[in-house]
Amino acid sequence: MAFNPRNRGPLRTLAALFVIVFGLYGFLGAVSTWGDAQRTPKLGLDLEGGTQLILQPKLVGNQTINEGQITKAVDIIRQRVNGSGISEAEVTTQGGSNIVVSLPGTPDKATIESLKKSSQLRFRAVLVEGSAAPTPVPTSTGTPTGTPTSTATATAAATGKATATAKAAGTATPTAKSGYPPALAAATTPAPTGTATPGATATPGTTATASPTTAPAGKPANASDPAWITPDVQAAYTALNCAKPKDIEAIVDDPAKPMVTCSVDGRAKYILGPAEVLGSEVSNATSGQQQTQGGSTGIWEVRLDFNAAGTKAFGDVTSRLVVLPPPRNQFAIVLDNLVISAPVTQAALTAGNASITGSFTAASSKVLADQIKFGALPMSFTVLTQDDISPTLGGDQLRRGLLAGLIGLILVVGYSLFQYRVLGLVTVSSLVIAASITYAAVTLFGWSYGFRLTMAGVTGLIVSIGITADSFIIYFERVRDEVRDGRALRAAVETGWVRGRRTILISDAVNFLAAIVLYVLAASNVRGFAFTLMLTTIIDIVVVMLFTHPLLSILANTKFFGEGHKWSGLDPERLGARTVTYAGRGRVTIAARRAAAEGNQS
Amino acid sequence: MSSFAQFGNELYTGKRSFDIVGRQKTWYAVSLVLLILASIGLFGRGLNVGLEFKGGSEFRVSSVTNVDNFEARGKTAVGTLATGSDVVVTFLSNTNTVRIQTERFDNALTAKVESALASEFKVADNKISASTIGASWGASVSQKAITALIWFLILVSLVLALYFRTWKMSLAALIALAHDLVITVGIYALAGFEVTPASVIGFLTILGYSLYDTVVVFDKVRENTLLAAGSGRLSFSQAANQAVNQTLVRSINTSVVALLPVASILFIGFFLLGPGTLLDLSLALFVGIAVGTYSSIFIATPVLADLREREPAMQQLKKRAERYQAGQARQTASAPAASGPDVQDGPDIQDRAAVTAGTGTSATGRPLHPSVQTGPRNQPKRPPKSKR
Repeated sequence: MAFNPRNRGPLRTLAALFVIVFGLYGFLGAVSTWGDAQRTPKLGLDLEGGTQLILQPKLVGNQTINEGQITKAVDIIRQRVNGSGISEAEVTTQGGSNIVVSLPGTPDKATIESLKKSSQLRFRAVLVEGSAAPTPVPTSTGTPTGTPTSTATATAAATGKATATAKAAGTATPTAKSGYPPALAAATTPAPTGTATPGATATPGTTATASPTTAPAGKPANASDPAWITPDVQAAYTALNCAKPKDIEAIVDDPAKPMVTCSVDGRAKYILGPAEVLGSEVSNATSGQQQTQGGSTGIWEVRLDFNAAGTKAFGDVTSRLVVLPPPRNQFAIVLDNLVISAPVTQAALTAGNASITGSFTAASSKVLADQIKFGALPMSFTVLTQDDISPTLGGDQLRRGLLAGLIGLILVVGYSLFQYRVLGLVTVSSLVIAASITYAAVTLFGWSYGFRLTMAGVTGLIVSIGITADSFIIYFERVRDEVRDGRALRAAVETGWVRGRRTILISDAVNFLAAIVLYVLAASNVRGFAFTLMLTTIIDIVVVMLFTHPLLSILANTKFFGEGHKWSGLDPERLGARTVTYAGRGRVTIAARRAAAEGNQS
Repeated sequence: MSSFAQFGNELYTGKRSFDIVGRQKTWYAVSLVLLILASIGLFGRGLNVGLEFKGGSEFRVSSVTNVDNFEARGKTAVGTLATGSDVVVTFLSNTNTVRIQTERFDNALTAKVESALASEFKVADNKISASTIGASWGASVSQKAITALIWFLILVSLVLALYFRTWKMSLAALIALAHDLVITVGIYALAGFEVTPASVIGFLTILGYSLYDTVVVFDKVRENTLLAAGSGRLSFSQAANQAVNQTLVRSINTSVVALLPVASILFIGFFLLGPGTLLDLSLALFVGIAVGTYSSIFIATPVLADLREREPAMQQLKKRAERYQAGQARQTASAPAASGPDVQDGPDIQDRAAVTAGTGTSATGRPLHPSVQTGPRNQPKRPPKSKR
């Protein structure tokens, strides 16, 4: 076939599509050959079976748990096991206190560990920090100190300045110290307004160090007050050895009292004030690379957003701490009794967000963010039993379901050929392309995000045949309408496309909106559904834009379609085009024939 | 086949036109009957909620030696004691345990089921344990799903109102959506099928489909009514009716294409598989898609027309259209022999449709034979002033 220059644009689009399709399959082939992906979609619990864990809460002493707590725990575990919602795990209770987790496939040890763990996140002010050895190294900060009196005013001014810096510059606060402890800065929203006095942040800490020591009597004034360090606490601190697992086991985390604990890496130990911000007051936690105006810094951070109560509490804590001498200007983030991070307060953070930086990697920052986000699970569990479970739907359900889908597809093909003649083949090939993209996407998401197909998902995909085919039908009907109005086919394809595209886009936009909202707000299986809907909607648009339309444009340039062959499905005569159509080579056929027909009728 | 294309042509040009918008009372009545039936199902019979939502009892039969056909055996053992209850049987392979989940039984029944299972699987009584299980689709999951739905509906109303530049389309679309969901869920309740997480997903699919279909029809309505408002040749209802007719072929094709696969699942589910997830799902989807297509044509558009016709601007348009159509009808009547539609100039479709929608003297769109004509040929009557 001679190259028609009119086809250049459409051909380019088609080439782009084939690059995408082959890219997808190439990637799939690569990760299944050299990686650990499988070549078929992962199946859900109901089709493939999986593993069932029964978790029993660990109760200390005569501790009891009520139904409310267990319901909360179920929600948290559901989040942990199925955070993205697309693995379709099931979490339920058994006998009122045990939690049953059913996971598709075989979970690895880390997954099971993460389910068992309790997680209580609290923010506490650091009173004393020392190296992990049993006797504290006498640092300048180790001695109990009173609140500074004379220096307070001077530092207050400095604080004001520092706060201003943090607010105006946003991310500009530089990390004053290198290494441990990590620096705390206002969460990163690059503000265009600039670079005001970054040096100011480091000042409050240094000016206040040499504070006089007066042993305060009576009740501690606030959570940073060294009066919390009673002799008992001091003794516990002295005795604590972070290298001994037994010592770590024995750590008690009572939110109302000061606590003595270790850092999670065992390198430092702390005396901490009572808990001031609770994990439940963190509304969201995300991980990512630190961003500045200049772009990404390559430093991984965990960003925290607080709710109203948390914003207030966190603002109070940081405003108080920022004027204190080290180490009391640090606050500790305590997760499961251990300090995961004890950043230095560089500014009073009252905007309700914060970021934690440190020696994070991509993975460790994500783990921390997830732990913080999915929040306080007030108890830990033991695994009572772990069983492999069979699929709840027999294999023949899926087989016959797929058979039914296949029969349905054949019927659809037959119907489109019947309705649209050769044009139906365009529908069929578009559906084939859509199906192959869907297959690759589902398999790839199974590998990378743990997406699993359940029976409902399979039927959802079968229904999506209808919605995908509808895009073509809208398009074809539009083209036919244009032909009926007497446009030549090539023009009809273009105008039909412009009009049809609008309808296709708005109706898909509604579906997409449904998918996004349900995915963001709902939980469990509904998220799985939303994910499938999102996937099929995107694929629908991709196929109709990158395949069906260019293909039809090319076909419109062929003789068969362009001149409206009887079997093309776009025959102007059969479509009753009513104005004169110039059919090429001086023939003006339609009007003459129609006029004759009209004459016979009347 | 050829007649179907012909059918499409006639619908497009307005040669053939179903009066859908004008006969809205009929459709409302049909829907009312359906809705009443559905509410009988919903409120009278009530939804049969599965154990995933309300929890239930669980039996574990351990150390089973013969596990052939465990699923059917477990189901019959429980089914004979508690008829009609939903039973999920799974096999825990590493401990040779058959797990049977049922709706919540009282103590007496639990004991009976235990002994029935013991004899069925030929194990000692102490190998069977019973416990209660909670809902895997707990209240919090439903709560979140409902919150998400409400947000979705708010957002989609806003998006549609912005896109179509009128909140009335949002309202009509939501009415059609509610109509579809109530009927689908109601029929589900009437059939006595159990609501499982899978069927909830099915309902959500319906929700998506129903809105999608309505938006497609409305987009054509928007286009036609804008044209009509410009030309003043058709009233809003007529333009909307024309839009529905013009998209009718598309609606039929789409619903057939969407229904064929679902119908084949339904068929296979019904004849080969028996009750189960597939049958439940495909029934919900079949009914939902059919009702969804019906409602976007017969409910959403007439409701929209009813809403819009009350606007003063639309009233005015109606008057303009009536005047224009009356004029057209007279013209056709006075000069029929000379003009077949082909000779009429101007490619726009409006005037043709106007002819049909007019006074009915030439309802088929065909020119009248001269012999049928009345009135003097060469002296057209001047219409009285009030009608001009």
